Amino acid sequence: MRPAAILYALLALLGLCVPLLGIYPVFMMKLLCFAMFACAYNLLLGFGRMLSFGHAAFFGFAAYVSSWLITAHAFGPAAALLGGMVVAAALGALIGALAIRRQGIYFAMITLALGQLVYFVCLEAPFTGGENGLQGVPRGNLFGLLSLRSDLVLYYLVLFVFVAVFLFIRRVVHSPFGQVLKAIRENEPRAISLGYHSNRYKLLAFVISATLAGLAGSLNALVLGFATLSDVQQSTSGEVILMTLLGGTGTFFGPVVGAALIVTLQEYLSDIVGGWVTAIIGVIFVACVSSFRRGIVGELEALGLRRLGVTSQDPAAPA
Amino acid sequence: MTQIFGIPVAVILGQLTLGLVNGSFYALLSLGLAVIFGLMGVVNFAHGAYYTLGAFAALLGLQYCGINYWAALVLAPLAVGAVGIAVERLLLRRLYGLDPLYGLLLTFGLALIVEGSLHQVFGASGQSYPVPQSLAGAVNLHFMFLPLYRAWVILASVVVCFGTWFVIERTRLGATLRAATENAALLGAFGVNVPLLKAATYGGGVALAALAGVLASPVVLVNSHMGNSLVTVVFAVVVIGGMGSILGAIVSGLVLGVVEGFTKVIYPEASNIVVFVIMALVLILRPTGLFGRE
Repeated sequence: MRPAAILYALLALLGLCVPLLGIYPVFMMKLLCFAMFACAYNLLLGFGRMLSFGHAAFFGFAAYVSSWLITAHAFGPAAALLGGMVVAAALGALIGALAIRRQGIYFAMITLALGQLVYFVCLEAPFTGGENGLQGVPRGNLFGLLSLRSDLVLYYLVLFVFVAVFLFIRRVVHSPFGQVLKAIRENEPRAISLGYHSNRYKLLAFVISATLAGLAGSLNALVLGFATLSDVQQSTSGEVILMTLLGGTGTFFGPVVGAALIVTLQEYLSDIVGGWVTAIIGVIFVACVSSFRRGIVGELEALGLRRLGVTSQDPAAPA
Repeated sequence: MTQIFGIPVAVILGQLTLGLVNGSFYALLSLGLAVIFGLMGVVNFAHGAYYTLGAFAALLGLQYCGINYWAALVLAPLAVGAVGIAVERLLLRRLYGLDPLYGLLLTFGLALIVEGSLHQVFGASGQSYPVPQSLAGAVNLHFMFLPLYRAWVILASVVVCFGTWFVIERTRLGATLRAATENAALLGAFGVNVPLLKAATYGGGVALAALAGVLASPVVLVNSHMGNSLVTVVFAVVVIGGMGSILGAIVSGLVLGVVEGFTKVIYPEASNIVVFVIMALVLILRPTGLFGRE
């Protein structure tokens, strides 16, 4: 067995055993939802080098849509999650089609502005509950059979969805589509001259990323029982960037590590340092960009490769 | 009272001046962004934070040191500009030659540090800065009352914007700056201290943002979020105008401020999003921006 496979097996085992370790299940579920969000984001940033500054739009808007489907239209959880994903995909197609008209920093600024547009829509649209958001979203029964009221049952559902999303992203990256995406990342004009319609690839990557971000947001709202403006605001977009960057852009496991660290930091550190959390996140951002651009997992991988005498042939971060 | 489309003219003109005031801030900020980006290839996400710092510098200077408005108008941009130079020397410098996205991310982190700290120390609620005596009150133009301070903000920022434009496009220093934008290595070979030029440019762009902050402090509530909400709009303005042109940044800033003001009169619900919608339209019709060259 390859070491990576052993690592994954151990982590899967850990995931299954977490409820037995006495960790608060809602916290673990939130962590997994954000890890899913960060993995979806990484598909765009790490493998397509598209820095979106508005990904909270998909996460938060899908959360609103699925919560609204449950509270106002009595949808079941599975149908509501699907609804959230469909809307996130449509929104992703719309925003992505506009944003890929420019590259690099302009792409970032456009997604930032459009993300803010979605935020204002959520603030003023009649179905989102304005400043209060949508509260008291019932978890319901999965496919009408399995009650999700128990945290334990829901935890295993979230874990299952997370693993499925993780494997799906791996599959996408290793597919011919993913290879072309990486080629575009490295040298877009060359990919175009080889005959690839780079915009189609970029748009599809954007839509997949938005859809999975929507799934993560919908699931997060289902876990917590509410969808609020904080899901859709700019700071959430910033957090998912940081999670991906801190863990390691362009690595599969980096975003999971980053999400785990940041969610834990927010959950436990806020008791100790109070309102300084935002400033601390800013410091981590600056430290990360100035000193370890490959991220934690990226640096470890580079270290491992160097020890094996292999020069890093896929320098994920430094450009 | 004269009306247009059932809206009193005085209301329209009032919103127009408010729009011009906002547009002045957009112009000052997008001008600084354009200059910094042009020379350094850094998208300064912290621009809003420097604007906030400028306003706080004026407010705290008044509260603790008795520095009046006119002195603050000079001292605050100098102080914040010095902070900017320190940031460039210590942090941004390491990122030259890398993907410009890293500069964006670093300055985003800086903005979080500044805003998070100000929020923690001064709380969420804003404080107001008194309008200076000599600019209090309004003049009666017979068709409307024009608050003096608003007129001053518009005048001051137009003068500063065109002054900056003049320096960059028409002076020896500006020629050096533009040469550095074209080919920094070659300019360095001619004996120009390019690193110093970059630090000074960043400091200058940041000082413009701080100046906008001081100008804004009597018309908005000074709080930790004032820059954040502004900078997103300014980015949209920059996408609309295109970052290639200084004049483009100034003109699109002012025009979009006015458009926003009109939207407040006609359809208030859309006033927050009108700039973003225009940005989307511009991207569809002219992806390089109105004044962009790529």
